[in-house]
This record gives sequence, C-alpha cells and structure tokens, in this order.
Amino acid sequence: MALLTIDGVWKRYQDHSVLRGVDLTVSSHEVVCLIGASGSGKSTLLRCVNLLETVDDGAIHLDGQEITDVRADPDDIRKRIGIVFQAYNLFPHMTVLDNITLAPRKVHGVRRAEAESQARDILTRFGLADKAATYPDRLSGGQQQRVAIIRALATHPRLLLLDEVTSALDPTLVNEVLGIIRELKQTGMTMILATHEMTFARDIADTICFLDQGTLVEHGPPAQIFDAPQNPRTREFLYG
Amino acid sequence: MTTDWVKSDRQLARETLLRARGRRSLSAATTSTVIVVVVAAVAITASPGWPRVQETFFNWDALVNSLPDVLRGFLLNVMLFMIAEPIVLVLGLGVALVRGLRAPVFFPLRALAVLYTDIFRGIPVILLIYLVGFGVPALQLQGAPADPFTLGIIALVLSYTSFVAEVFRSGIDSIHPSQRAAARSLGLSHGQTMRYVVVPQAIRRVVPPLLNDFASLQKDTALVALLGPLEALRQAQIHVAKTFNYTPYVAAALLFIALTVPMARFTDHLAARAAHRRGGG
Repeated sequence: MALLTIDGVWKRYQDHSVLRGVDLTVSSHEVVCLIGASGSGKSTLLRCVNLLETVDDGAIHLDGQEITDVRADPDDIRKRIGIVFQAYNLFPHMTVLDNITLAPRKVHGVRRAEAESQARDILTRFGLADKAATYPDRLSGGQQQRVAIIRALATHPRLLLLDEVTSALDPTLVNEVLGIIRELKQTGMTMILATHEMTFARDIADTICFLDQGTLVEHGPPAQIFDAPQNPRTREFLYG
Repeated sequence: MTTDWVKSDRQLARETLLRARGRRSLSAATTSTVIVVVVAAVAITASPGWPRVQETFFNWDALVNSLPDVLRGFLLNVMLFMIAEPIVLVLGLGVALVRGLRAPVFFPLRALAVLYTDIFRGIPVILLIYLVGFGVPALQLQGAPADPFTLGIIALVLSYTSFVAEVFRSGIDSIHPSQRAAARSLGLSHGQTMRYVVVPQAIRRVVPPLLNDFASLQKDTALVALLGPLEALRQAQIHVAKTFNYTPYVAAALLFIALTVPMARFTDHLAARAAHRRGGG
C-alpha cells in the first residue's frame, strides 16, 4: 500500500493558486525528488503534507488515514512526519543535544537519559559527537543543517520531508549534508525532497517529479526525466 | 599563531597617532566637565535665594534627625516592591499568554485580557491607588483586604501588570514564525511550543524593557503614601510638617536613587551584553 497519497491538492494565497490539483503517490522506502523553478510549488506541497499549510481542495492520506480531514489532530499527524527546512530553524537557546531530544522527551515521553543516549549515538554516526553541548550559532551552516536532520529523525518519523536543505549552504558544505541523505536512503527512510541539486537528485531519487506553476507536469524514474523528458516544459527547464 | 608578526613602522606610527588622539579626547572631556560643574555650582550658589534654599533643602541637622525614620519607612517601600514585582511578572506573562490563545473556547478569557490591559494601562497610577485604596474597603465585602499596605500592592500590581503583559506580548510576537513552525512540525502542541521554544527566547529579549518597568515600579511605591502607610515619603512628610524644613524629602529622594541607579546600570550591562552577543554571533 502507498505510504502517502496526494489527490488533487489545491492551495491558494489570496487570488494566486500555488498548487493546481497535484496528484502524487509515494510508497514505503521510496525517495521522491521534487524539481522545478522557484515558485513552482515544491515547498508549499511539502508544507501541506506536514499540515503547516491547510489545503484549499483535495486530500492527502498517510498510511491510509486522511490527514487533511478537518477532524484529524494535526499534532498527532506531525508526530509521524519529519521536516527539515532550508533555514535550519534550530532553537537558538538550546544546545544541540536539547534541540534533538526536545520532541522525543516532550512529545513521545521518552526518558531524558534514554533520549540523550539515542541522540549521542546518531550524532556520533554523523560525525557530530563533539558538538552535543554546543549552541547552534557556534556551528557552520552544514553542521546546523545536519543537526536539523538529526532532530527530525529523532522521533523516528514514517516520512521525512526535506525542503531545499542545501540551498543556504556554500558549495563546500553541501556534500556533508547530501552525504547524510544518502545514508538515510540506505536505511530505507521514505523521503520527499525539494531540491535544486540536479546531479544529486538523479543519483538518489527513485522518482523525479517536475513541477511548473503549481502543476505536476511530469514524473518518472530519473533516467526517463533527465534523458528523455516527454513534456516540452520539462525539456525547457532541464536544457534551457 | 601570530608569533612571526612584527609590527611594521607604519603600524607603530599609526598607534602613536591613535594614542595622542586618545589623550586629547580625555583632556577635552575633563576640561568640559569641570567647566560645566563649576558654572552650574556658581550659578546656583550665587543666586539670591540660595542661602534660604540651602537652609530648607540641604540642612545637615534636619537630614540626620529625619534619616532614621525615613530609612525605616523606605524599608516598607522595598517590601512593597519586593512583593509586587514577582506577582506582576507572573500575572503579566499570564495575561500575555492568554492573549495568544487561539482556540474558540478561550474567547471570553482573551477578550477579558484585552479589556484589562486597555483599561488599566490608561488609568494613572495615582488614581488607581485612590480607587482601590478607598473603594475596596468601602464595599465592606466579607474577607476583602482593608489594610493600606495590601491595598497599595493590589493597586500597583493592577497597573504594572498591564504594562508588563504588553512587554511580554511584544517579546512573544518578535520570535520568528519559523521557530513555531519548527516546533509544531516536531509534533509539539501549542502549549509545549510556547513553553519550551517561544517564551524562553522572548524572555531573553524583553529583559531590558522589563527592568525599565521595575525601576518605574520602585519609584511608584511612594504613591502608596496616599493611603497612609508609614513609608519613606510619608515619614518625610511627617518630619517636614514638624520642622518646616524640606531636607527629609531630599533624604527620601536620595534613597530612591540609591535603589534605582544600580538597577539602571544593571539594565545597561544586560543590553550591552545582548548587543555584544548579537554582534559576535
């Protein structure tokens, strides 16, 4: 069964439609990359899936449950979905360790000692063991973004959304963040990424979705989209 | 790291010039300060009424005679302040948080919070002290406080909570929405988001304006004198009434300054540290 299904989702801001009836299905362990120009609706689609935006039409199902149902509890749904933002959005008044353990402790009721030992394990795995007691503003952009990814993972989400997570980083720092995402794919994490890193998208994605002006123009395996795009708009975006 | 660096002649010459400029700035500051102080002192002491003012306001004997009583009264001001301030802080934060509640059930609470700040921010403290101090006992309610000390605290708390609530609210509003989005996306509820993410950051931001309100509250404890407790101003009034010498007022003023000046310097220190941290971040 599909992990996530998006059916005819519309999103309007005032009189401008940002999403115009998007349909998309994501299976377990699938990695989906959303590509398209800025303003094509990639970020908005991710924010709708995480209920940070309310859809104006259509429906989104997670594990068969309609999460766009107005009677559903958004806090409960967000517990199952992790999101990482372009601007990291770490909590500046908390250490790296507290940033990571806040949600496990307060939302999932994990004991502090257990949450911290889990956090330290994953920090070690991603080469940040010595940063546990550091505050975010003492870290480089790449380190901050890696901590933000770890924070999103700490609650063991069913689905991870990554919103242009390398766009604020300089080129030398991009790779350390992409490295983590590669590792997550190995562990079978289901992910939807909005990205401008075409080479990386081709390398990691199972499915590429090209969005243009709020519509999902074309989707398919990377080889098909990058080497033999069917739609003229996709060709124009990729080849200029 | 820089052991291989020997200052060049150009740098040495530059530093000599900077030192010379520093000395000139210092002497200019000293000279202008001395001139201002001397001119002010001469202007005041040379005025025709000075001997009389000196006798009425700066009389050493009157100061020594009244100081023990004024000081004893001042302890009451300190107590008023020490009791009122924590209550103001807690209630102020509470009112600010209530105004941020969005659920429809809380509408009456939210409306009440808005009404409260609108009304009590607008009433002059002195009027509020009269209204509470004489109005509440006049109701003759069972269990209502009747002693002027408690009534004074109630009036000060009512007035200052409305200001402090607005300070907290502006601090809460100043936290970028992306912080809330990040917290909510992790599954934290509205309450948890406020408690662990928004309020801790907001409080750090509003410490300087809060301390400013504290200084104001310290001074306004003197207004409770209107209700009769023997605090500093009241004690000074009693001495003035007996001797027709105004020095006790000056004594009371000095005591208030002694309390607020350290507070002001502490506020400056915190503001400077916050600015430094932002610059260095």
